[in-house]
Amino acid sequence: MPVRTRGGGEPAPVVIEVRDLDKVFRIPDQRIDSLKERATHPLRRVHHRRLQALRDVSFEVRSGEFFGIVGRNGSGKSTLLKILASIYRADRGTVRMAGRLAPFIELGVGFNPELTSRDNVVLNGVLMGLSRREAERRRDEVIDFAELREFTDLKLKNYSSGMMVRLAFAIMVQADADIMLVDEVLAVGDAAFAQKCMDVFHERRRAGKTIVLVTHDMTTVQSLCHRAMLLHDGELRFIGGPEEAALRYFRLNFDTPEAQQARPAGELPAVMDLNVRILEAILRDPGGRPIENVEQSTPITINILLEAARPLEEPELLFHIVSEAGVVVAAFSRTLEQPVAVGERVRVSGTIVNPLVPGRYYLDCWVGIDEQRNVTVQAIRLLQFLVYGTAPRFGVVTLENDVVAELEEPGT
Amino acid sequence: MTTEPAGELRPVPGPSALGGGWRRSLELLYLIAVADFKKSYFGTVLGYLWSLARPLMVFGILLVVFTHVFHLAGHVQHYPVFLLFDIVLFGFFQEATGIAVGSILGHEAVVRKTQFPRAVIPLSVVVTSAFNLGLNLLVAFVFVLAYGISPAWSWLLLILVLLALFAITSAVSMIVAALHPRFRDVGIIWTVTSLALFYGTPVLYPIYAPSSSTLRDVIALNPLAPIFDLAQRWVTNPSSPWPWAARMGGPVRFGIAIALFGAICALSLWIFNREAPRIAEEL
Repeated sequence: MPVRTRGGGEPAPVVIEVRDLDKVFRIPDQRIDSLKERATHPLRRVHHRRLQALRDVSFEVRSGEFFGIVGRNGSGKSTLLKILASIYRADRGTVRMAGRLAPFIELGVGFNPELTSRDNVVLNGVLMGLSRREAERRRDEVIDFAELREFTDLKLKNYSSGMMVRLAFAIMVQADADIMLVDEVLAVGDAAFAQKCMDVFHERRRAGKTIVLVTHDMTTVQSLCHRAMLLHDGELRFIGGPEEAALRYFRLNFDTPEAQQARPAGELPAVMDLNVRILEAILRDPGGRPIENVEQSTPITINILLEAARPLEEPELLFHIVSEAGVVVAAFSRTLEQPVAVGERVRVSGTIVNPLVPGRYYLDCWVGIDEQRNVTVQAIRLLQFLVYGTAPRFGVVTLENDVVAELEEPGT
Repeated sequence: MTTEPAGELRPVPGPSALGGGWRRSLELLYLIAVADFKKSYFGTVLGYLWSLARPLMVFGILLVVFTHVFHLAGHVQHYPVFLLFDIVLFGFFQEATGIAVGSILGHEAVVRKTQFPRAVIPLSVVVTSAFNLGLNLLVAFVFVLAYGISPAWSWLLLILVLLALFAITSAVSMIVAALHPRFRDVGIIWTVTSLALFYGTPVLYPIYAPSSSTLRDVIALNPLAPIFDLAQRWVTNPSSPWPWAARMGGPVRFGIAIALFGAICALSLWIFNREAPRIAEEL
């Protein structure tokens, strides 16, 4: 996504500038948390484990951008957000910002359950950076937005959690800051609330407000963000288009050595079959590496070794690729035009194109044993694999096409 | 699309004692103190009576003990009034610092999830207690008048005493609150310390009362001592000497007490500014 411009073509001004940010958490192996311990062991050196939460992170966000920060758990994204929000102090580097910032690390965090929603709205407004007068002026709008007019004088402790979330969200929306920092707010609340969040984000986006969103939900990143940044182990791994960021995020999740070896090598599905035994069933990527998770659109190579458990007369091997929902996505078969004696082995290998949309799939095998091609009653589950990627999860496969839609010129 | 008021890039200073500026801190301080005050008084019908009951009970017990057991009342003019006044004043110090110790831990969510100005947390406790003090003082003055002491212009000087008491209470509250997240036993230590201070401050007795002059000289170093000396002189007993008089420990000890007072205030600012940026990480 190109950098947003304001009319003339010159890029919008930078509103968040982060330079060479470092943050180290020193985690003591043995915590001294009382003066007594400090006094009784004044000379004891406490050994610390250094946890580098952020390393040399630099980036810029421009006015009106919807900027995503993605990364796995522990990648440092929450730390970064807390530094931007002045909750943590950076060890090195600078953060500069233009305009008023409203952080939403968690909905309703400053609520006081003993106060009425009226008082809480003002208190939270000031916490969001409004002046008291301004917060009081907007109080009614907030309460109307939250649809809580009848309950203004009720103490917050008597509110249902749904009412509380509505109020918190209304405050966040009405704070009307120049820059919003949002951390996984969408994760709370029901579907209707999530929808309301999305509506507000779309509306803010149209209004040209700058929003920084930390999330795990790549669909949100792709549908809302102009640009996104991927953090991993405290380092900036990628900054750019949301598609690419999401794809790299998926790779970090599914294409690591650990993720690719979810099932110990050599362990085979425990499906008994009267006709054959599975000696080997391996999925490989184009580079020949055994994998468990496949990136979308990447051809997959199968490598299967079967051993006949009884004499097979010109056996037919029928393969099904089955989706998690049980739909047979594709089928193909191979026939050996010769008898196979007990103990003889059949190797099945080759490469299959992969138009599957992200999700979980299985490779099943049916073995036909005689001239009538009667197949076995039970399919042998050879493999299961996960297709990951940023493609929409509609349908089952993505079909390549050159379909265009255009406005027809009148009179032609 | 609206025009984007981007403005100038300004450095983000990170968390601090008064993050977000003076104005915002003061507004939050006011809102929170008022909220806490309302919470304790408007929630229950007997709210205020309950909070008044405590100092009155303490007063009643101590009055009996010190007039009938220790016969102190004979040596001090208007002893009951003197005692009530001191208990109200010291009660403020004790209540505020005692609640302030755990205040940051109690507001953990706010500290960890928002750029809340850290100093506002203990200070709001002090301000809430100050509201209590104001109400209690009204009751104390009614008592003073009922006792037969006629109003004097010097009563107005009590404002100075209150300001000094407010300053040192704030300073101590900030120190204990800032240290508590790192050293969790500060709470226990402070409970004992504040009890020791209750007896080590001329609250129950005027400073010239101890028969041992060594004891008096030690007590005279207590930065709280001049505050209580002056309260006595200006409200209950105009004939009691100035805090720097020889009977009260002399000018040198008075000077040391004042210097300690200043040092504690300075220390509180230093400690709080030092701890504020990392309090969120200590929790």
